[in-house]
Amino acid sequence: MIRPGRMFLKVICSFFKKPATSMYPFIKIEKPAKFRGKLKFYQERCIGCKLCMKDCPSNAITIVNVGQPAAQNAAGAEPQKPAEKKFEAIVDLDKCLYCAQCVDSCMKKALEATREFELASLDHKKLKVKI
Amino acid sequence: MAKVTIPIGPQHPALKEPASFNITLDGEKIVHMTLKLGYNHRGIEKAAESRTYIQNIYLLERVCGICSHSHSSCYVQCVEDIAALEVPKRALYIRSLVGELERLHSHLLWLGVAGHEVGFDTLLMYTWRDREIVMDLLSMLTGNRVNYGINTIGGVRRDITKDQIKDILVAVDKLEEETKYYAQVATQEVTLAKRLSRVGKLSHEDAVKLGAVGPTARASNVDRDIRRDDPYAAYGEISFKVITDNHNDVYGRTLVRIGELLESYNMIRQIVKNIPDGPITVKAPRRIPVGEAVSRCEAPRGEDMHYIKSNGSDKPERVKVRAPTLANVQAVAKMLENGYLADVPIVIAAIDPCFSCTDRTTIAVKDGKKTRGLIEWKDLRKYSIEWYKKNEGIDLSKIKLQNEK
Repeated sequence: MIRPGRMFLKVICSFFKKPATSMYPFIKIEKPAKFRGKLKFYQERCIGCKLCMKDCPSNAITIVNVGQPAAQNAAGAEPQKPAEKKFEAIVDLDKCLYCAQCVDSCMKKALEATREFELASLDHKKLKVKI
Repeated sequence: MAKVTIPIGPQHPALKEPASFNITLDGEKIVHMTLKLGYNHRGIEKAAESRTYIQNIYLLERVCGICSHSHSSCYVQCVEDIAALEVPKRALYIRSLVGELERLHSHLLWLGVAGHEVGFDTLLMYTWRDREIVMDLLSMLTGNRVNYGINTIGGVRRDITKDQIKDILVAVDKLEEETKYYAQVATQEVTLAKRLSRVGKLSHEDAVKLGAVGPTARASNVDRDIRRDDPYAAYGEISFKVITDNHNDVYGRTLVRIGELLESYNMIRQIVKNIPDGPITVKAPRRIPVGEAVSRCEAPRGEDMHYIKSNGSDKPERVKVRAPTLANVQAVAKMLENGYLADVPIVIAAIDPCFSCTDRTTIAVKDGKKTRGLIEWKDLRKYSIEWYKKNEGIDLSKIKLQNEK
């Protein structure tokens, strides 16, 4: 049967219901456990294989060796201390797609996706961060 | 009376994407329409050739914001086909589940957009409110609301738990109830039903001749669905009906989409009931052997097709994407013939267009004249540098490409 105003009742009922929207900056809904937000880096687990860099679709992550180089005392002699391997991860938050492929690629589980997503900044330089 | 040609677009408030329509009118009756695309060419296919197979999953997922899962599924199926990988069954079921959830949110979105185009914004508000339920489900299952990133070569990246299955079933029951109500609204609300009826006519013969796909074709009684005709993922093990309609107009397309929503609820119930245990992924090689493959998926808008040629390295040699809108857009000119100017927004919206997905071509320009000949990559780059120098006063010649000396 064709009749006008088929949605009137539903619209009137909605007056007595709670709003469907939430007041976002004041009320925050918790993100799901699988959410892919800002990355977290576990320095002690990283072995510097750079697979995360290789697989990143937007070249957003850079792994750099910040350890001390091998100490040389005399020419041709054995180094006193071997080179220290210590890595740091730098992420361009504006380049990152938040796909978390780097988390999947990392064999040593040195990367983790957190639920942090409010990363906007007016300063472009602040978006290149050490994680 | 003299015929008038009106250009609509590339920027037009009724359409949220750039496309230009030249409409020739006799009074307010449409005599002829020509469509011009190419405002949003993003060079995705070329970009895919310089990225690895894993990086391309995320690039090709971004071809479309609505059928993102269909594009990535289609791509990984091609790669799995070339590499002869056997994907675990549980992964196939999860792919189908996300595919159906994507169909739900796409059709609910379309229903709202259709309401908006005909001035029935109440429907837009209610359908988009219900769409949030599906978006939250997708966010819970995959970690994101739009670009799900669930697919990987050889399976899926995230498993589903028993608690999530319970949440899915509760949400599906609620959505089914709401969709049945929208089905009543679409068929009983006189303002909506009469506004959509006999608008954008596309006969069965024309739909077949012009190669329409998806709900556009099915509303013209073309019984064609990739999920049934060429089963992929877990569709071969699920029983479902292909919804067709013989109204041949926008009203028919609305009914087909609502029918597909109701059918999808049953499919989701079957998937979560029959989902097998086991692994969700197999190890995939980084270098894919030499070969080529074509894969098809039934995106919410219709048949999506990908072609990949591999040369044995970790990067594809050629990636070709045919988005469903490209198949359907040919039919729009036919739909608008003998229609009225006021019907243009709803007729175009009825195919659920996505012009950014469709823009897959560039036109080679030589000496200011359009040519159909091929242009070398090197010459094209040289031409672009000269063009910018002449027209915009920007000198780009100092920028060197990665592989350029």
